[in-house]
Amino acid sequence: METIILFAPLVGAILAGFGWKVIGEKPAQYLTVGLLFLAALLSWIVFIWLEPETRTITLFRWIESGSLSIDWAIRMDRLTATMLVVVTTVSSLVHLYSIGYMAHDENFSDNEPYRARFFAYLSFFTFTMLMLVTSDNLVQMFFGWEGVGVASYLLIGFYFKKPSANAAAMKAFIVNRVGDFGFALGIFGLFYMVDSIRLEDVFAAAPKLAETQISFLWAEWNAANLLMMLLFIGAMGKSAQLFLHTWLPDAMEGPTPVSALIHAATMVTAGVFLVARMSPLMEYAPYAKDFIVIVGATTALFAASVGLVQNDIKRVIAYSTCSQLGYMFVAAGAGVYGAAMFHLLTHAFFKALLFLGAGSVIHAMHHEQDMRNYGGLRKKIPLTFAAMVIGTLAITGVGIPFTYIGFAGFFSKDAIIESAYVVSDYAFWMLVIAALFTSFYSWRLIFMTFFGEARGDKHTHDHAHESPMSMLVPLGVLSLGAIFSGFIFYSSFFGDVEKSREFFGMPEHIAAVEGEGGETAGSSHGGEAEAEVADTSEHNAEETVVAMSEHNVAMAGGAVAPQGAIYMRADNMVLEEAHEVADWVKLSPFIAMLLGLGTAYMFYMRRPDWPRRLAEAQKPLYLFLLNKWYFDEIFDVIFVRPAMALGRFLWKQGDEKTIDGGLNGLAMGVVPYLTRMAGRAQSGYLFHYAFAMVLGIAILITWMSIGGGVE
Amino acid sequence: MDNLLSIITFLPTVAALVMAVFLRGNDEAAKKNAKYVALFATSVTFLLSLFVIAQFDPQDTGFQFVENRSWIMGLNYRMGVDGISVLFVMLTTFLMPLVILASWNVDKRVKDYMIAFLLLETLMIGVFSALDLILFYLFFEAGLIPMFLIIGIWGGANRVYASFKFFLYTFLGSVLMLVAIIAMYIDAGTTDIAALMNHEFASGPLEVLGISIGGGLQGLLFLAFFASFAVKIPMWPVHTWLPDAHVQAPTGGSVVLAAILLKMGGYGFLRFSLPMFPVGSEVFGPMVLWLSAIAIVYTSLVALVQQDMKKLIAYSSVAHMGFVTMGIFSANQQGVDGAIFQMISHGFISGALFLAVGVIYERMHTREIEAYGGLVNRMPAYALVFMFFTMANVGLPGTSGFVGEFLTLVGIFQVNTWVAMIATSGVIFSAAYALYLYRRVVFGDLIKESLKTISDMTMRERWIMAPLVAATLILGIYPSLVLDIISPSVEALVSNYAAAQPLDVVAQASSH
Repeated sequence: METIILFAPLVGAILAGFGWKVIGEKPAQYLTVGLLFLAALLSWIVFIWLEPETRTITLFRWIESGSLSIDWAIRMDRLTATMLVVVTTVSSLVHLYSIGYMAHDENFSDNEPYRARFFAYLSFFTFTMLMLVTSDNLVQMFFGWEGVGVASYLLIGFYFKKPSANAAAMKAFIVNRVGDFGFALGIFGLFYMVDSIRLEDVFAAAPKLAETQISFLWAEWNAANLLMMLLFIGAMGKSAQLFLHTWLPDAMEGPTPVSALIHAATMVTAGVFLVARMSPLMEYAPYAKDFIVIVGATTALFAASVGLVQNDIKRVIAYSTCSQLGYMFVAAGAGVYGAAMFHLLTHAFFKALLFLGAGSVIHAMHHEQDMRNYGGLRKKIPLTFAAMVIGTLAITGVGIPFTYIGFAGFFSKDAIIESAYVVSDYAFWMLVIAALFTSFYSWRLIFMTFFGEARGDKHTHDHAHESPMSMLVPLGVLSLGAIFSGFIFYSSFFGDVEKSREFFGMPEHIAAVEGEGGETAGSSHGGEAEAEVADTSEHNAEETVVAMSEHNVAMAGGAVAPQGAIYMRADNMVLEEAHEVADWVKLSPFIAMLLGLGTAYMFYMRRPDWPRRLAEAQKPLYLFLLNKWYFDEIFDVIFVRPAMALGRFLWKQGDEKTIDGGLNGLAMGVVPYLTRMAGRAQSGYLFHYAFAMVLGIAILITWMSIGGGVE
Repeated sequence: MDNLLSIITFLPTVAALVMAVFLRGNDEAAKKNAKYVALFATSVTFLLSLFVIAQFDPQDTGFQFVENRSWIMGLNYRMGVDGISVLFVMLTTFLMPLVILASWNVDKRVKDYMIAFLLLETLMIGVFSALDLILFYLFFEAGLIPMFLIIGIWGGANRVYASFKFFLYTFLGSVLMLVAIIAMYIDAGTTDIAALMNHEFASGPLEVLGISIGGGLQGLLFLAFFASFAVKIPMWPVHTWLPDAHVQAPTGGSVVLAAILLKMGGYGFLRFSLPMFPVGSEVFGPMVLWLSAIAIVYTSLVALVQQDMKKLIAYSSVAHMGFVTMGIFSANQQGVDGAIFQMISHGFISGALFLAVGVIYERMHTREIEAYGGLVNRMPAYALVFMFFTMANVGLPGTSGFVGEFLTLVGIFQVNTWVAMIATSGVIFSAAYALYLYRRVVFGDLIKESLKTISDMTMRERWIMAPLVAATLILGIYPSLVLDIISPSVEALVSNYAAAQPLDVVAQASSH
């Protein structure tokens, strides 16, 4: 069944991409949609009836060289199953949506066949994404990792006639490659240390890695920390975290369904998935964890701050995505992998909803994307409006505090903010302020688009129309997800400690809970002494004491990978403590949300002149945000131009002047001779010269062999 | 057939002779006949070579299909292949029919052209299967001549400069190699490669003109061979002949040059440097590693700013060969496996890229990137193939380009993390120059008037590309097809190499 899930999209991609001339463009589209829905259905079956034990299905050998042995394989556990559900569900809905959205496109003339190609790319993307999440080793994951990168490249650049789209596609691929550079080094390092890149072996070796030094570049490093950091650089690229985020807003050049599927719901969350997947290593890499928390929190705030002032509807949502990914990383870095995956799941629903809703608006407005030209659309496209509001309620985390009533984001975002409070004040405050910003820009989007006076081209507004059913049905389904997914999955992913351990298949912890009960349940691990357990459960004692106790575990228990989809060390009590935080902490995101909503309401409903006045009063700040903190400009100056200049320098000065010049100087005496030869060569004397050369070699050898023979 | 290898090697020469003797005239019929004879001969050679690979036993790390008979003047004719060389023979026989097909539209001195390529095939197969030092040298050096002619006669406007540069560079290296061969013969008393691999050349301290040479005689011999192989492969900073040669060479010449001729350098390192001069390799290995790392970054940056398509791909080849030399001198299983795999894979990928340039060059007669743009609008099939090989060139997993690059990097990481890091940064640069090229040539709107009538790939061109696409994809997904054949031989090579390292280095380190 897993194999069918995995390869159905590939079959669809191949048939649609190469066979559409035979079967026709329309059938090709329906075929891919059908195969995706099949995969989605099977994924839900797998997800619901998942066995607690991790299973591995080996397909066939891939790379084998010495002790390095890599298979194509499928690893099935809770993490994989969750990702399968997310990917195939959103993907199938986006496929369906695209039938309507891509039906007409002004970027192509009428007789140009582009639809089948689009669907082939979408299905190909889905296949590579599934390869990524089902991998049982890091190299296959890298295959998926780069594969989604290519699919993303092709889809961002789908409108290949637009120079901006081509530039954005290239940028996305190259910036991602910067991340992949780190990821690859991480893989090399892991193989060097562990002698295997299978996840099972890496996980089993994690405790040892924590005690081993690795010599890398100029220094000795703690192996677990260094390798996790390197892998995380890959995650930063794919998930558009600070410094490597610049490609994501530009990626909005792609058709909107692409933005929804790849640049919101699935591909960009691959980094979060990677970190969660590596939890057994993460748990032994405290510095890497701290770093991830800081990067995530900073990105969350940075992206949200830029989102405040953007006018392109898709860019607002893009920065929002970037920001929400920061949230997920904070949770993962805090060691609450369940919360990270929970937010990944709910975010997939409401962000896909927001993007597809935005797509519906853009569709209605004839590809106008500037919100300054929107306004008053709620009556023209009421269903889209409803969907967008649901998405906004979900992303801003609307719900009733201290109850289980709320939209999806209410559960998952609060879970992250509470976890952040346990590990880092910095992260906590960053995320709360980001929540305020999120609320502001999300409602700003709603108010500017759907309320107020119609602005911009009157003709466009007059012809604004609701989208076809193929686009509205996915919006409806995703709306259900945005409303209920938080409530349904809260206890499994985060809310109930025991249940979530069971959910992620961590049996030793379940046993411990039954044996001891209560608070210290999670900290009993293997055959540790009780005294140590007491110490380790104290949050601050982490570094020193744990290193010793875990050492004993490794020695006693031998190298066996921990069971379950994620692993939380005995002393990792963040999940438990997150439930115990003070009420004001739990209330803080709610207050931030209200403040954001109120401000947006004042700015865009009550006093529409305020935004401009504020922008004028705070011009430098406004420009700073509008220009996205000038990252693109800075990177251009410090990376792109110097690379080109250096290339030119090495070519002209290095190759042509120094090397060739040197050679010419060396051969100065021969040059006149050469030119004479050249003259002859042109007139056909070359054969004679060649013959002379053969003769020369023959004579040399003869001389040699005779000389040798005498000896 | 116990002389199968010789038959494969000389069948193209026989065809060339037949052509030279029996084909007369310069009319259309004669041209056609020349093409068909060449295609037939190379195809039969390929089919025969399939018997070699079918009967080849990977577990046997010695030489197979060995032929040994005495030849003129006390010289011996020894041929044979092992896991390291057999795939290079296959690569050559596989590509030659495609090269002939790609040259179908050559109009100038067709018969001579085909003869040159057929002779070249003999010499290339000979290089990879010669088991006698002098025989090897003969093939190795004589291979220069047809290539020299191909560039000099059928090349572009500046072909004379390019062909002399090419010749001068490579010939300087080979003179040193010849001296080394003589020295080896004097020292070991034999030119049998198998025997030489078991001969231990002196590695004690040695002073030449007041300069002490690390690794002694082995060090000197290593350097002499290095001079030749480093030019051939080519390594930075002796690479500048390659872009010029490529630019001026006709399409078929470029394909052979990139896909096969460069590999002679890499093969030479594996056949001679590592097994015969292990101590010398160990002494100078770090230098090679650093040169490789520099090559990868340097040539990638230079590739980024090229305005000529062929030059860009040529520079990219130098970068890819940097991975090869780096893998070889990592001297561990993954590194060497990866280096060989990279050479095979690069044969398909760079060959295909040069063919792809040839496709549009034939239509537009320019290689200037500026002259193109928006080809996808009129050439969708071409855009697809070009995209595929662009991605393969940047080492996308799932294509053969990934496997070699990945393995060499895994190999080097165990030896030197600085070099590993610098080399890994190549994945960023390669993406930059390759996608930048693709964007300028294929993407965009089709605005240029001259391109408005350009036609997509013909059936012939598609059939040339199809086997290359298949090979690149299959080896990317199931590289064991190659790795299973080379691994045992590489394992033997690597363990012999490690065993040959003097223990006193270790002893010295521990005594201090």
